[in-house]
Amino acid sequence: MSVVAVEGLTKRFGDRTVVDDVSMTIEKGEIVGFLGPNGSGKTTTIRMICGLLTPDAGSGTVLGFDVLKDSREIKRRVGYMTQKFSFYEDLTIEENLDFVARLYELSPRRLYVDRTLDSLGLTSRRAQLAGTLSGGWKQRVALAACIMHEPDLLLLDEPTAGVDPKARREFWDEIHLLAAGGLTVLVSTHYMDEAERCHRINYISYGRLLACGTVDEVVAGAGLATFVARDAPPELVARIAGLPGVSQVAPFGTTLHVVGADLGLLTASLAALTAETGVAFTRGETSLEDVFIQFMSRAEDNMDGAAAKARAKP
Amino acid sequence: MIDFSLSRLWAILAKEMVQMRRDRITFAMMLGVPIMQLLLFGYAINTDPKRLPAAIVAVSQDRYTRAVVTALETTGYFRFEAQPSSLAEADLLIESGAVAFVVTLPADFGTRVERGDHPEILIEADATDPAAASGAIGTLGTVAQRALTREQGQEAEVEARQDKMLSVVVHRRYNPEGISQYNIVPGLLGVILQMTLVMMTGMALTRETERGTMENLLAMPATPMEIMLGKILPFLGVGGVQVVVVLTAAKILFGLPFLGSLTLLISAVLTFVLSLVLMGYFISTFARTQMQAMQLTFFFFLPSLMLSGFMFPFAGMPDWAQAIGECFPLTHFLRIVRAVMLKGAEMPAIAWEMAMLAVFILAYGGIALARFRRTLD
Ligand SMILES: Nc1ncnc2c1ncn2[C@@H]1O[C@H](COP(=O)(O)OP(=O)(O)O)[C@@H](O)[C@H]1O
Ligand SMILES: [Mg+2]
Repeated sequence: MSVVAVEGLTKRFGDRTVVDDVSMTIEKGEIVGFLGPNGSGKTTTIRMICGLLTPDAGSGTVLGFDVLKDSREIKRRVGYMTQKFSFYEDLTIEENLDFVARLYELSPRRLYVDRTLDSLGLTSRRAQLAGTLSGGWKQRVALAACIMHEPDLLLLDEPTAGVDPKARREFWDEIHLLAAGGLTVLVSTHYMDEAERCHRINYISYGRLLACGTVDEVVAGAGLATFVARDAPPELVARIAGLPGVSQVAPFGTTLHVVGADLGLLTASLAALTAETGVAFTRGETSLEDVFIQFMSRAEDNMDGAAAKARAKP
Repeated sequence: MIDFSLSRLWAILAKEMVQMRRDRITFAMMLGVPIMQLLLFGYAINTDPKRLPAAIVAVSQDRYTRAVVTALETTGYFRFEAQPSSLAEADLLIESGAVAFVVTLPADFGTRVERGDHPEILIEADATDPAAASGAIGTLGTVAQRALTREQGQEAEVEARQDKMLSVVVHRRYNPEGISQYNIVPGLLGVILQMTLVMMTGMALTRETERGTMENLLAMPATPMEIMLGKILPFLGVGGVQVVVVLTAAKILFGLPFLGSLTLLISAVLTFVLSLVLMGYFISTFARTQMQAMQLTFFFFLPSLMLSGFMFPFAGMPDWAQAIGECFPLTHFLRIVRAVMLKGAEMPAIAWEMAMLAVFILAYGGIALARFRRTLD
């Protein structure tokens, strides 16, 4: 049975549909990435999954419990790390952990708290106020507090925002260790490199789920063609961008990446350009980032289109 | 199945107490404010003021008149500052607040005393501040009586015992009921408790919302009941400490009488405190920010002060105002505390008021629980 199996989740705030018909399944032990631009509805979706928001439509199960009715049972078995640090800054690290351990009725509490402090390497700083920790440490403490009660599902909402690369690397190593131990993880993120460390990803934009699958599946499913040119003169960028079939042009160091959705049209346009300027294009690999940028600009077009339609209405 | 866990309750309780202890300013305020207010109001509201400005309207200058005036001045209560020649002039003085009393002796005072004719002394008191007037008024009759007997010689004194030589007519103006000053300190206890506790608990939930910790708290398995109890019980303790502080200070500093049973008083005060913290918690389920909680508290605070009988005599208010007044726990608490402390009332006498407090507790607690949002919707 899937750990998370939700269908058609919808959430409206006022007359704005913030999450629109989102379906998602996550299997045991998977690390699933949840990607999308700011304000696309990631946090809202995660909150619905752990019972913090009531969906306006949709149904499903989390850990076998009804996502609409059994939120108390779900809360007991889920670890949720909020986007913003939401432990008590005026309590010490140890007091925060004590609080969590008591709330989950962990026994013997001392053992759980000491073990957690020990694994964090914070035993000597246990009496430090949580508010005085650096961003990276706050995030580690929050993660430790979220997994202290040994949840079956871990929901992480942009856990590595504003954390330095080394701490991020260590964080992800830990997530993989936990998943290897059978924990299921849904993690929202902005970072492409983090997406590539997930078993599967879901991409959401303006509340709609646009793609899901492994990174390779998502890239393949986007149906993009990419060409690479070496040592192309910089003034060519603007011209290429205007060619039919080209949707993205981006310089990467000394190379230029050209991406388009229509392989035939793109090939024809670039062949004509090669004939004229002598710059050679070869097929390159489409990256996840190319795909996401494509998604974003497409979503903007949709929005513009919808806005235009709305304006056209009398 | 009732889902209640002592461990979870204790989690919240312990956390709240640590936070309370760390929040130095709040902590200081909770203990400092009651003492400060008690000292400030207790001493500022002088229970027996002396040397109050007075005017005397006495047309004749016979020896009896002079004897009465001198005797009144030596009590220390009156300081005769004006001798208006007409009643209209005297009226103006008392109306403007220039004097607190106008003592009027009839023109034929001396003659009537000698005739044994019971002349009347009229004393008009500005009773807007009733506490100020009462001491002075109380002494007037006996002082004037004694002055006259002395003036007439010893032999008349025996006679005077049975047959008063004069009568004093008192007109309390502007505030006929005349609350005694002892009303104030017990009332002050209620007001101090209300002010600090409602505001503090009013922020109990909004603080979590504002700091973003609410999301985390709700994501963990705490029930609304556990959260409510965990948040109000520390304040119940704080209220208890405040009560002890205020009552001890009132006893030591103001010699407040303690006629009734202390157990009854303490249980009544704790019931009142519980209703206050629940009211605060109730407010915090409405407020979205701490600022709103504060505003709601004040919105509630002033009418309760005015309509509870703390400031103005309850019985003197129109029916509709009394009806509103009945809706404040403070109103009922004032009746209880005055009855128990000053009149030595027993449980049967205050049972109705206690029941009203219990109704508040159930209503505030029930509504707060029903309103508590388990989700962030
Ligand atoms: N409680 C709320 N009331 C109204 N609008 C909200 C609320 N929470 C989120 N939103 C809006 O919903 C949209 C999606 O927000 P969110 O789920 O936080 O996105 P993300 O986590 O992907 O950045 C945003 O535009 C946000 O402003
Ligand atoms: Mg978010």
